[in-house]
Amino acid sequence: MTTSAVSPPEDRLEPPRPSWPDATGHFGVFGGRFVPEALVAALDELTEAYRAMRVDPAFLAEFAQLQRDYTGRPSPLTEVPRFAEHCGGARVLLKREDLNHTGSHKINNVLGQALLTRRIGKQRVIAETGAGQHGVATATAAALLGLSCTVYMGEEDTRRQALNVARMRLLGAEVVPVTTGSRTLKDAINEAFRDWVTNVETTNYVFGTVAGPHPFPEMVRDFQRVIGDEARAQVLEREGRLPDAVLACVGGGSNAIGIFTAFVPDEGVRLLGLEAGGDGVESGRHAATITGGSPGVLHGARSYLLQDDNGQTVESHSISAGLDYPGVGPEHSHLHDIGRAEYRPVTDAEAMEAFALLCRTEGIIPAIESAHALAGAMRLGRELGPDALLLANLSGRGDKDVETASRWFGLGDAGHVEPGAGMDTDQRPTEGAVSNDEAVAGREAGGAA
Amino acid sequence: MSSHLAEVLAGTKAHGRAALIAYLPVGYPSVEGSIAAMVAAVENGADVVEVGVPYSDPGMDGPVIQQAVDVAVRAGVGMRDVLRAVEAVADAGAVPVVMTYWNPVERYGVDRFAADLAAAGGAGTITPDLIPEEAGPWLAAAEEHDLDRVFLVAPSSTDARLASTTAACRGFVYAASTMGVTGTRATVGDAAERLVGRTRAVAPGLAVCVGLGVSDAAQAAQVAGFADGVIVGSAFVRTVLDADGDVQRGAAAAGRLAAELATGVRDRVPA
Repeated sequence: MTTSAVSPPEDRLEPPRPSWPDATGHFGVFGGRFVPEALVAALDELTEAYRAMRVDPAFLAEFAQLQRDYTGRPSPLTEVPRFAEHCGGARVLLKREDLNHTGSHKINNVLGQALLTRRIGKQRVIAETGAGQHGVATATAAALLGLSCTVYMGEEDTRRQALNVARMRLLGAEVVPVTTGSRTLKDAINEAFRDWVTNVETTNYVFGTVAGPHPFPEMVRDFQRVIGDEARAQVLEREGRLPDAVLACVGGGSNAIGIFTAFVPDEGVRLLGLEAGGDGVESGRHAATITGGSPGVLHGARSYLLQDDNGQTVESHSISAGLDYPGVGPEHSHLHDIGRAEYRPVTDAEAMEAFALLCRTEGIIPAIESAHALAGAMRLGRELGPDALLLANLSGRGDKDVETASRWFGLGDAGHVEPGAGMDTDQRPTEGAVSNDEAVAGREAGGAA
Repeated sequence: MSSHLAEVLAGTKAHGRAALIAYLPVGYPSVEGSIAAMVAAVENGADVVEVGVPYSDPGMDGPVIQQAVDVAVRAGVGMRDVLRAVEAVADAGAVPVVMTYWNPVERYGVDRFAADLAAAGGAGTITPDLIPEEAGPWLAAAEEHDLDRVFLVAPSSTDARLASTTAACRGFVYAASTMGVTGTRATVGDAAERLVGRTRAVAPGLAVCVGLGVSDAAQAAQVAGFADGVIVGSAFVRTVLDADGDVQRGAAAAGRLAAELATGVRDRVPA
C-alpha cells in the first residue's frame, strides 16, 4: 500500500495495528505476565482503562493537543547528506525525536500514561530510568498534570547522567538512587516494582519501554507508534516511495518499536534494530540482548535476556546508559523470531565514531543511544550502496552525554571544546569517519567510559 | 497421588495447631551453612521448609532477603545445590517445598526440574512471580510428577481471581497478607485475616497459609488463630545474617527462632 496521507491525530492509536499481542499480552511465545499476584489487579485495571481510553474521543483529542502544543509534534524529518557521505553514498533521513520537548521520544509515551493515571484516579506516579530521559519525561508530565513523582535510577547511572538528575529534581520529582545489584536500569526497575506492589492503591507505574508485563509492551508501543506513523507519511510525501530500511537503537526497544510499527506490514522495508555491543559481543561485556542472549523471564515478561546457566540475569555493559539493559521488549523477540526485523550489535567505539561524525558533519549532537542507530546506518549504507534510502530514528539529543563524550574523546572538561585526538573528523569523506583505532586511542587518552 | 503439603497441614490441624513454615534461601552464608540452618529449624519445630532458590532480581523481596540472596547468586549457587538442600530437609523429617522465581526453573528446564525435585523428595513449588495463567507447562509437569503447586493470593485479588488461583493450587494457597515486599513487620494487620476469610469462602477444602511479616511467637500465635500455616521468612534470614557467616551460630539462632515460633503456632489466639 502506498497511501501517503498523514493520519489525523485522532486516529493514531487505532488500527492498522499488528495482529499481536493476543488478549493476554503474548507476542508469539513472548510477553505475558510474570508478576506477583498483588500486581495483577493493578495491571488489569490499567489494561481496561487503556482499552477504553484508546477509543475515547475526549482522550484522543487531549492527547493529540498535548503532542502538538507541548511536545512539538510532528517531529521533522531531516536529510543528512554530509553524514550520508560516510554511509556508502546511501541517502539518510533522520526522524528528529531529539527535537521533542524534554529531548527524546520518551515524552510520547509518558504523556499517554500520565493522562491514563489521571483517568484511573491516582495521584502519584513512579518510574524507572536509565539514561534519565524517561525519568525527565515522567517528571515533566507529572509537573504538567499535578501528580507527585518518584523516579528510581541506578546509582551508577545517577553519576553518568548527573545533568538529568538535576533536571528531574528541578521539575519537582524525587530521585531515588538505587544501590542494589548492578546499580543500573535493571535494578531501578526492581525497586520501582517493589514500590508499586507496596503503594499500588495510590500509585501508577509509568513504565518507560516496551518491556515489562502486559499491558506495558502493547500500551507503550501504541503511544510510541506516532514516530513511525509520521515518518512513513513524511517519507512517502517527500520521496514518493518507502525507505529501503528503517533503523533504530534497541535497549528495551521503545523508540525502535515506535518507528517500526507503521512499517511492519511493508514487507519490502528492512527493519534493523541496533543493540549495544559494548566492548564487543565476544568480550561478554555488552547489552546486545537478542544477539547474545537467550529466551527467559525478566521483569514480568518472557523475552530474550542476558542470563547465565543458573538463570541469573547477567550484568550488561554499554557506554550508553539508556541501552545498558540485559532485557528487551517481547515484541522485538517476536519480530526477531519470525524474521521480520534484524538485530545487530554496535560497539561503544562504533557508536562514538558515528556520534562524532554527526556532530561535525550536520551540527546535531545525538544521544549516544541514538548514535548506535547512526552507526548502523553507516554500515548498512555501505552494504546497500548509493541508491539506498535509509530512515534512522534520532531518538534523543546528546546534551546529557556531553561529559561522557568529552571523556571518550579526551576533550578534558566538558566545558572545554578543543578538539581531541578522537574528535578529528576533518577528513575526506572517502576515508570514512573517525576510525575505530582513533576512537579507542581517544578513549584511552581520556580515561575511560 | 497425594499432596505432601496437604497431608502435613491436615495433621497439624488435627492437633489443633497451625503449621510452622520456615523460609531460608540456599547459599547463605554458604550452601552448607544454609542447609545447617534449615535442618536446625526442622529439629526445632518447623513442619515445612521453603527452600529458596537464589535469584538475581527478586522483585518481591525486601532488603533482608535481598542481602542474603545476593551473596548466594554471586557465589554461583544453582539448582543442583537447591536439590541437595531439599534432600537434607526431607532427611531431617520435614516437608521441603521449593520457593522460586520463575526464570531459574525455565533455565533449568521445567520437566527436568519437576523430575529432579520429585526424586529429591520435594513436595512441590511456591512461585511468587508465576500466576496460573502463565503456568501451563509447570502445571503439566507437576501433574506428571505428582508435585504440589502453590500460588499466591493478595489483598488486591478479586474474588474471581481468588477462585481461579485457588483452583490451580495443590497443597495450600499462599496468602501474601500485606501489600508489599517481604520483611518483618511490627504488627500483623487485619488485612491478613480478611484475605484468609475471603479465600476460604471460595476454596473451602484448601489449606491457607499466611506469609509476609511474622517474626515472633506472639505474631505466630495471632496468625495461627485464623490460618492453617504460618510462613516466616525474613526473620529466619535475619538470624542467619546476624551470625555474620558463622555457620554454627547461624544454625543455632535459626533453631532458637524455630523453637520460639513453634510455641506460637501451638498457642493460637482465637480469631
